[in-house]
Amino acid sequence: MSDSRLPASFMAPGTSSFADFLGDHQPDLLPSRRAVPTGNAGDLAPHGTTIVAATFPGGVVMAGDRRATMGNVIAQRDIEKVFPADEFSVVAIAGTAGLAVEMVRLFQTELEHYEKIEGTTLSMDGKSNRLAALIRANLGLAMQGLAVVPLFAGFDLETEKGRIFSYDVTGGRYEETAFHSVGSGSLFARGSLKKLYRDDLTAEESVMAVVQALYDAADDDSATGGPDLTRRIFPVVHVITADGGRRVPDADVAEIADRVITGRMQRPDGPAAELV
Amino acid sequence: MSMPFYVSPEQLMKDRADFARKGIARGRSVVAVQYADGILFASENPSQALHKVSEIYDRIAFAAVGRYNEFENLRIAGVRLADMRGYAYDRRDVTGRGLANAYAQTLGTIFSSGGEKPYEVEIFVAEVGDAPSEDQIYRLTYDGQVADEHGFAVMGGATETVASYLRERYAEGADLQSALRLAVEALGHTDAGDRVIPAGDLEVAVLDRTRSQPRKFVRLRATRLVELLGERGPEVEAPSSPEDRQPGSSPAGSATDDPRDPTDQVSGSVPPLEHPTTGEPPVAPPVAPPTAPPPARQPPPQPIDPAQPGEPTPPAPQPPPPQPTDPAQPGEPTPPGPPPPLPDPSEPPAPGTPPTDSGDPLP
Repeated sequence: MSDSRLPASFMAPGTSSFADFLGDHQPDLLPSRRAVPTGNAGDLAPHGTTIVAATFPGGVVMAGDRRATMGNVIAQRDIEKVFPADEFSVVAIAGTAGLAVEMVRLFQTELEHYEKIEGTTLSMDGKSNRLAALIRANLGLAMQGLAVVPLFAGFDLETEKGRIFSYDVTGGRYEETAFHSVGSGSLFARGSLKKLYRDDLTAEESVMAVVQALYDAADDDSATGGPDLTRRIFPVVHVITADGGRRVPDADVAEIADRVITGRMQRPDGPAAELV
Repeated sequence: MSMPFYVSPEQLMKDRADFARKGIARGRSVVAVQYADGILFASENPSQALHKVSEIYDRIAFAAVGRYNEFENLRIAGVRLADMRGYAYDRRDVTGRGLANAYAQTLGTIFSSGGEKPYEVEIFVAEVGDAPSEDQIYRLTYDGQVADEHGFAVMGGATETVASYLRERYAEGADLQSALRLAVEALGHTDAGDRVIPAGDLEVAVLDRTRSQPRKFVRLRATRLVELLGERGPEVEAPSSPEDRQPGSSPAGSATDDPRDPTDQVSGSVPPLEHPTTGEPPVAPPVAPPTAPPPARQPPPQPIDPAQPGEPTPPAPQPPPPQPTDPAQPGEPTPPGPPPPLPDPSEPPAPGTPPTDSGDPLP
C-alpha cells in the first residue's frame, strides 16, 4: 500500500465539523489541545480588550478597538479583533490575543467546511452553538489565565434580523438584545451605549454609536485604545445586513471618528442624554 | 467456490479499466470551459441537491462523473485536505496541483490494489489564477492518471461527441455568456442532432476571478441561466439515461446479460469495450472457445470419476434431467460402484463452460 494516498480518515463519512475532524486526525492543531504547564500564563501574552456590538433594523454592527496590552505595556496598537466568520456573521474576541486569533481561524474554517460539505450554511443558532463548543474546549486554558471570550453577531436569514450572542469561558451562550460589549472596557462601553442606543437607528448612526461607545471605554479604561489621531488608527467596524457583511472602509471610520472628536472638543463626556 | 485461477496482470488491469470506464460512460457529460474571467463548469443534472460540480477551496473547484457515492467521498476528502492545509499553513498554500496529486495517488492505489473495486469516477480539479494563463484544469481518470487540460475539457457520457463539438467552436477569451452558450450547446449535441437542454436541468458553476471575495466559486442559478442563455427555442427534456435509473434496480435497466462479453454486467446502451467474440474472459480458467454459446441449463454430464474410466455412466441419458444440485440422488437406479465424487453444488455445471457471471472483475 502506498502511503501517498489520502488517509482513510479523510474518506470516512460522518462528521461535517472541521474541529471534530481535526481532533481525530491531527489534534495538535487544535488550539484547545495545547498542553500548558500549571500556573498562570495570563501575564505572558497580549490581551485584546473592548468589543461593542449593536443591532439596528435590518442588520447588526460590531466594532473593536485596536489595542493589545501585556500588563502595563501596549503590546500592539493596530491589532484587529473583529473578523468576518462567514458571509452573514462576524466574530470578535476579547482575551488572550494569540489563542483568540487561532480560535477565530478555526471557527471560520469550521463554518466554511460545513457549508462546503453539506452544501448549505448553518443556521444562526447552529453557528453560535458551534462557537460555544470551541470555547468550552478551551476551559482548561482559561483556568490558567488564557481565557478567550468572544462576541458573535450576524444577520439571521430566517428571521431577517441582526442577532448578538455573548459567551462565558465555560462555553455558556447567551443571546443579547439590542447591544452588548465584552472586554476590559466593556462596562464603560455598555453604559455609554445605554444612553446612545435607540432601536430605530440607521446603519450609519449605529456605527457612530459604537464608535462613541469605544471612545467612552478608552476614556476610562487604560487597556482600551482610543482613536489614534497621529497615526490615523481607528476602530475596526463591520456592518452586516441582508446583503452580507462588509468591513466599513477605514476612510469612512476615520471620518466618523473625526466627527466624534470634534464633538468631544466641545463636550469631553460626549453627547448628553435627556433626563426623562 | 471459485478456484484461484492464474490471471495475467495485463488482463487483470484491462478488466478493471473496462469495468471503470463502463461505469463512467453511463452518466451524462460534464464540460469545463475556460473563459476570460475564469472557468465555467456545466452539466445536465436534473437534481438540485446532488451536485456534480462543487467548491473545494477559495480558487479550486471539483467536478466529477460516475458513481455518486465514490466521487462524493473524494470530494469530502478534498475539502478536508484543503481546509486542513489552509488552516495549518495559509489559504494561499492550498493549490489545485497538490489536490490533484493527492487524488491521483488515491485513485491509482485503489485501481491497482487487489482488494478494492476500482472507482468508477472521473474528476476535474480546476484552479483559477489571477490571469487566464494561470488557470489550471486537471483531469483525473479512474486509474490515477492526471492530464493537464487547456481551453476546455469533457468527461463522462458521450465524451468524444461533445469534445469534437467544442474543438470546432471553442475560442479563447470569450465572455461568460458565450462560454456558457457554447458549453450548453455542446452538452445538447449528439450525433443524431442537437437538443435544447431545459435551463432547470442544468448545473452550472463558475470560478470567477473577478469576484471580490476570496472564495471565487459561484453557482449560476436557473434564473440567471435563463437570462444569460437568452432565447434558444423549445426546450427538450433529456432522453432517459442509465444515470436516471431507479436506485437499486439493475445497472442499465435491462435484464439481458450477454454472457460472451466478460465485462458486461448487463448489456446496456454502451457497447462492450472489447469485441465480444474475441475478447478474453476476465478470469483465465480452462476455457472452451469463447465463440461457443454456453450450454446453459443443459442436463449436465454426470461427474466422471477419473478413477473408474471404464465404468459406463448409466444415468446420463435419462429423460428427466437429474438435479445437478442434489448429488445424493443422481437417478433412481443407482449403479453399483463407488459413489461419484461429491461435486460442490455451487460449482459451474460443466467445466468447459465459459464463465457467464462476470460482475466481479476479480478472480
